[in-house]
Amino acid sequence: MLYVVIIFLCLALLMYVILGGADFGAGILEIFTPTRMRAQLQNTTYKTIGPIWEANHMWLIIAIVILFVGFPPIYTTLSVHLHIPLALMLIGIIGRGTAFVFRHYDAYQDDMQKVYDFIFTYSSFITPFFLGLIFGAAVGGQIDPEAMGFYEAYIHPWFNLFSVSVGVFTVAICGFLASVFLVGEAKKAEVKMFVVRKAKLFIVFTVLAGGLVFAASIIDKVPLVGLLLTEWITVGTLVLATLAIVFLWLKLQEGSKTLVRLLSGFVVSAILLAFGYHYFPDLIILKSGENLSFFNSAAMGKPIDTLAWALLIGSLFILPSLFYLLYSFQKPKSVE
Amino acid sequence: MDDLFAARSQMALSLGFHIIFACIGMVMPFFMATSHYKYLKTNNPLYLDLTKAWSKGVAIFFVTGAVSGTMLSFELGLLWPEFMLHAGPIFGMPFSLEGTAFFIEAIALGFFLYGWGKFKPWFHWFTGVVVGVSGLASGILVVAANGWMNSPSGFDFVDGKYLNIDPVAALFNDAWFTQALHMTLAAFTATGFAVAGIHAYLMLKGKYVDFHRKAFTIAIVFGAVAALLQPISGDISAKDIAVRQPAKLAAMEAHFETSKTAPLIIGGIPDVEAKEVNYAIKIPGALSFLAHGDFEAEVIGLDQFPEEHHPPVAVVHYAFQIMVGLGMILVGLSLLYFISLWKKKNWQIQRWFLWLFVLATPLGFIALEAGWTVTEVGRQPWIIYEIMLTKDAVTPIPGIRYSFFIFTAIYISLAGIVSFLLYRQIKAVPATLAQNSKTNADS
Repeated sequence: MLYVVIIFLCLALLMYVILGGADFGAGILEIFTPTRMRAQLQNTTYKTIGPIWEANHMWLIIAIVILFVGFPPIYTTLSVHLHIPLALMLIGIIGRGTAFVFRHYDAYQDDMQKVYDFIFTYSSFITPFFLGLIFGAAVGGQIDPEAMGFYEAYIHPWFNLFSVSVGVFTVAICGFLASVFLVGEAKKAEVKMFVVRKAKLFIVFTVLAGGLVFAASIIDKVPLVGLLLTEWITVGTLVLATLAIVFLWLKLQEGSKTLVRLLSGFVVSAILLAFGYHYFPDLIILKSGENLSFFNSAAMGKPIDTLAWALLIGSLFILPSLFYLLYSFQKPKSVE
Repeated sequence: MDDLFAARSQMALSLGFHIIFACIGMVMPFFMATSHYKYLKTNNPLYLDLTKAWSKGVAIFFVTGAVSGTMLSFELGLLWPEFMLHAGPIFGMPFSLEGTAFFIEAIALGFFLYGWGKFKPWFHWFTGVVVGVSGLASGILVVAANGWMNSPSGFDFVDGKYLNIDPVAALFNDAWFTQALHMTLAAFTATGFAVAGIHAYLMLKGKYVDFHRKAFTIAIVFGAVAALLQPISGDISAKDIAVRQPAKLAAMEAHFETSKTAPLIIGGIPDVEAKEVNYAIKIPGALSFLAHGDFEAEVIGLDQFPEEHHPPVAVVHYAFQIMVGLGMILVGLSLLYFISLWKKKNWQIQRWFLWLFVLATPLGFIALEAGWTVTEVGRQPWIIYEIMLTKDAVTPIPGIRYSFFIFTAIYISLAGIVSFLLYRQIKAVPATLAQNSKTNADS
């Protein structure tokens, strides 16, 4: 049953990065959008992301609950040593969730909209940045439960080049996902041109940020590059992801909506899978070199078993209705 | 401000904030679905307008509730890691089920809010009902998790170790039912009276009276029925904690010394040093009766517990008085409403009648917060009753007060923005209505 729980955790994180990521990316795109295009972009964003965005954020809650029920040492170690970035990410989550709805449900369209826009766009940037940074810090090998000083125990584990570069990379991925997603939605030629240009920009940015992660891992002595090269599955997956990016670049303009979306989803999944495979089963690498893994941190026995059953039964309800939701709002409007 | 106090304050603030939005978010969908049902049955466009107006409120509160709930799932670890390390696997069951319920609620809300004109009317209505039912289920599950902290079960505590964990037994702990029942009724009462109060006020302003009367009626019927049932649930709770958590009951009643024929102490100022209550009304034997159904029964006082295990008596006592007092006022108003419904129809258009309900707008929520204070502060100094002390659970990271200040600022601004939005929604209702009736006339 442990594997059922692990699969659900990975699935929840993957879904959060892809669906939630597209959602964050839409906010990030707005930062780089000139004022005259903004209203149209916001409108497109709202139409495509609006109906599903509440559901997107549930993936994060599912992941958190799986962590604290199934793997409590991992949850508490992250909570204690990465308290500060987690709190900052939370502020981002609050800001964007509320601003997104407020700007739609405010009964008047006036200067308050600028306030909502400001909060929405910047928190769309902050949240994935710290999410990525937390991922980076978890595997960066700088968390030290024995540390005595405030800086060593609570700042240094995440305030380092490697963690920051993973944060930047996550932001790039979100922008990439959102711009590719919106390419298929843009009706007017002007908007489409604009989004395609942004999508290409974010592809370049993602590749550069990916390079930054590897460079940072060398500088911070995180054993990433060397180990990656010895695992043919990891290398193979990354090569496939790179090929898919090239193909996506070529097909961005003319390719069908479904094709480019699937490609972008594939690229991100492949990158995550490659890293996931590389680190599996470890979730946290400590400074001492010891690891907190799925195996040594699991609350084995009944806690894991009931959690697995709860997830299996829950998904019987969730997945069909979620797919129906996505499907219903993809097809052209029937009435109205 | 020491770190433990800062952490407790931040948690209290987060929960106190979340509880309001979560309650409205789980109750309003029922109002919305009722109005929607009436529209589908009667085809009266006022009900359609009302459904749409309320659905905007539901969306705003759902998001604020979801966001503050997400924060809580992180804050449990950020503030109380030692607690979560041991409690997570034991009381995680309600949280994992709640995740499902909440997910379904979010999906159903997506269908409902964006589904106007896209689905068959009754399917669309059904998605609104699903929002309410799954929201209610989430609420009950989360309260069951809190019940476990009051009544830990589903494990053996041997030499500081948590063995033989059984998450299902932990879910069905002794406190889950009484707490969930009391909380659910409180949510319906508080939201019902708050929504009714706002619409009563708008009726007094004299515009769109028909519309607001329909809204008022739906909300007050839910609120009044719940308010009338609440004393029964309160009695079940009191009898339960008299046995299970006597220290909490003793603090609620400022009952310092174990005694037979214990008096019910109403109001008063507890003097913890002298172990007495000044200026209170005392009804002999009434506490014994309420706690054990017998005027002569012995009620355990705080003297049975070492002083370091006493909850803060004054806070718990005052909070309990506020909760019961306001609850009684709402019971009175509920009776008044039903009298007006069956005997005195003409009361319902009188200004004094409407003003009473306007004045009662915040009372349910004040009572709800007070009740929450009773259960949480009354459990202190324990985080897991008689297993783990709150001070042993707090995070080792120093400087929690800064986090408390930042989150206080965020919550205050959020509360400000939400109130501002609601004010503008309500102010805009006439304009939307005029527009809608125009569209209805056109089509």
